[in-house]
Amino acid sequence: MRLELSGITKAFPACIANDHVNFNVEAGEIHALLGENGAGKSTLVKMIYGIMQPDEGEILWEGQSVTIENPGMARKLGIGMVFQHFSLFESMTVLENVALGINEKGPLKELAKRIVEVSDKYGLPLDPERYIHTLSVGERQRVEIVRCLLQDPSLIIMDEPTSVLTPQEVDKLFVTLRRLREEGRSILYISHKLDEIKALCDRATILRAGKVVGDCDPSKESARSMAQLMVGEEIKIPARNPNAKVGEDRLVVENLSMSTDDVFVADLENVSFTVKSGEIFGVAGVAGNGQNNLLSMLSGERLSPNDEAIRMDGLSVGHLGPHKRRKLGLAFVPEERLGHGTVPEMSLADNTLLSGHGVSDLVQMGFLRFSKAHNLAKKIIEAFDVRTGGSKSEAKSLSGGNLQKFIIGRELLKSPKLLIVAQPTWGVDAGAAASIHQALMNLRDEGCAILVVSQDLDELFAITDRMAVISHGRLSPARPTHDTTVEQVGLLMGGLFDQVDAWDEEAQR
Amino acid sequence: MIGFEVETIIAILLGVARGATPLVFAAIGELITEKAGVLNLGVEGMMLVGAVGGFIAVVATGSPTVGFIAAMLAGALLSALFAVLVLFLHTNQVASGLALTIFGVGVSAFFGLKYIGTPIKGLQAIDIPGLSDIPIVGPLLFGHDIMVYAAFVLVAVTAWFLNKSRWGMILRAVGESHHAAHAIGYPVVLIRFCAILFGGAMCGLAGAYISLIYTPMWAENMTAGRGWIALALVVFATWKPGRALIGAYLFGGVTILQLNVQSLGLDVSGHLMNMLPYIATILVLVLISRDETKIRLNAPACLGKPFRADG
Repeated sequence: MRLELSGITKAFPACIANDHVNFNVEAGEIHALLGENGAGKSTLVKMIYGIMQPDEGEILWEGQSVTIENPGMARKLGIGMVFQHFSLFESMTVLENVALGINEKGPLKELAKRIVEVSDKYGLPLDPERYIHTLSVGERQRVEIVRCLLQDPSLIIMDEPTSVLTPQEVDKLFVTLRRLREEGRSILYISHKLDEIKALCDRATILRAGKVVGDCDPSKESARSMAQLMVGEEIKIPARNPNAKVGEDRLVVENLSMSTDDVFVADLENVSFTVKSGEIFGVAGVAGNGQNNLLSMLSGERLSPNDEAIRMDGLSVGHLGPHKRRKLGLAFVPEERLGHGTVPEMSLADNTLLSGHGVSDLVQMGFLRFSKAHNLAKKIIEAFDVRTGGSKSEAKSLSGGNLQKFIIGRELLKSPKLLIVAQPTWGVDAGAAASIHQALMNLRDEGCAILVVSQDLDELFAITDRMAVISHGRLSPARPTHDTTVEQVGLLMGGLFDQVDAWDEEAQR
Repeated sequence: MIGFEVETIIAILLGVARGATPLVFAAIGELITEKAGVLNLGVEGMMLVGAVGGFIAVVATGSPTVGFIAAMLAGALLSALFAVLVLFLHTNQVASGLALTIFGVGVSAFFGLKYIGTPIKGLQAIDIPGLSDIPIVGPLLFGHDIMVYAAFVLVAVTAWFLNKSRWGMILRAVGESHHAAHAIGYPVVLIRFCAILFGGAMCGLAGAYISLIYTPMWAENMTAGRGWIALALVVFATWKPGRALIGAYLFGGVTILQLNVQSLGLDVSGHLMNMLPYIATILVLVLISRDETKIRLNAPACLGKPFRADG
């Protein structure tokens, strides 16, 4: 037995993250740790990697009881970790980043040689002199993996490694992981993506609310049965209304361009698309390909250089600010829930005023009407099943899923003509995600035009009618979702717009 | 029209080095602090405390060496107070830094009260027989006090430390992303504590240079805003030690020059002349570092952000 945890408990002031967790990882297996956001997966692996200490319980490494005081000690034992939000330093080179993350202190020149050796051996090409901020997300992950492999680890912890990768990059990663397994290394693979776990893992341990609720062989289970174990309740799959009618053009974006001197943000290059009333239009893409610029120009937070580039119902709105666009029927749900979608320290009632002050009766003769705001907050809480202490609760006290339900509810109750949503279910548990999806589809059936920008392909395939892919600031032509495959989207994510067209022509022949 | 004697020009150039040296020390100290991700606006306060601490020590012992050591200790002590506030009590760095300056002004005035008007013997230029006697070049290269040379050594060592040494790399990493550094296993708070102490010690040294060499005496608030100039130098120098040195000499140079020009009785408002060093320094540093990308890459990304190790 390579690693064995028994009775691991970790409590935080607000919650018990891990409650007497027992499980083990054998040599040469890929072991999945499966669970919703907030189930305690990340806390558990942080204790294995020595970033946190358990309150109770014992960690056995190769049969010996150990106390892992810090990450350096974990690395010495042979435990490596690839982080979800990469632990890389953007303004430093690949070489410096690797040097910072390993225990040996040799000359950098030799280390550079070893980086090239290891990256060649495992097919993970890397240039040690490149700066991290010039690398794509996939390449950054390679840096983390190579850094981890340089320590010759016998256990590699991977925290949601595929959440930022294109489907093709995921395939390549899996090839590498299987090869590592053949070498006798163990991998602890954390994810909530069931298909991946079925494809890759030998065994799975399922966590729910900090407790182990099951152990299974993923290849013998269905995705549905694992999802039920994970969520603890039946998930309703959102239903499409077959009679929904698509209407006139609601949002027309034509040749929208934008450039900055900022190397950290992708420019926009001639982005064009149309969203009709009664349809959900999806924009897929790996984060950092221009989504933020696109969203801020659509919401009006950043004005378009050209007034005609953005039109709502035929009216040019490129030069209008967010407030004026709201008055025309735009509703906007940003990606960042705390700080952008809501003010964390304010009550839910006060937060209704944030986007509602100009378009509802919350303001009369320049005065805020707090009783109306409270009523509105209560209405949202009730209609969208937001679990909270009430309309006076601070926004930051809500869990991610509940806060997202509140924000979406707030925008939906305004009966918008056009709704723009970024990452609607990012970090939201499966139950809440299903209800958010259902709410969006209901709104579509009422004739609203909806634009969803998301990194989650499953989500886009489940709810959108048409979709396009953004890559390096360029948007691919839109395609009907039912006519599109994950492989095509993957190629588009890599910017190979022409290749996908050629593929289509071939298919037609 | 106006003729300068060679001796006058040499005296002016020696004055430039004396004006620049305290700025170099303070700027390098603050640069290291900021590279670790901590913004300490208390430079002026720490300089004053160093100035008075060093002065008292020299009056008591007569030894400039003891004076400079005492100044570094005094500056470091004051910065330790700041470190405890921002690192352990998670106070706002900007507010704490401003408070530190105000506190430093008051505390130095309090301890220095008895010493106003006390004469001390200033530190003399090191005199290397033979070398210092070479005409013109001799006094310019070898006619300074030892701290002028120390400042150059400090800049070189700091540049080497930041770019070539492992510890410098770790320091930059902590300033770049404290969460990542913590996840890899570096003691973020300890590293920042040391950086703040170093910054305090260097500011103390800068203050002592003013009270022991530049004008060998103690007067209340005698640093006269040089701490703020040092802070600005760090930013305009885009956190590069070499550029901070250029900026400090530029500022010192234009200050001395405009004083000399004023003393010649030119028909230009003195107020305008007083502005010159600030304008010239900012202009030159902005021009040599206008590449926005490079600024983004050199600026510590976590500057001023509080860190809590809650995973």
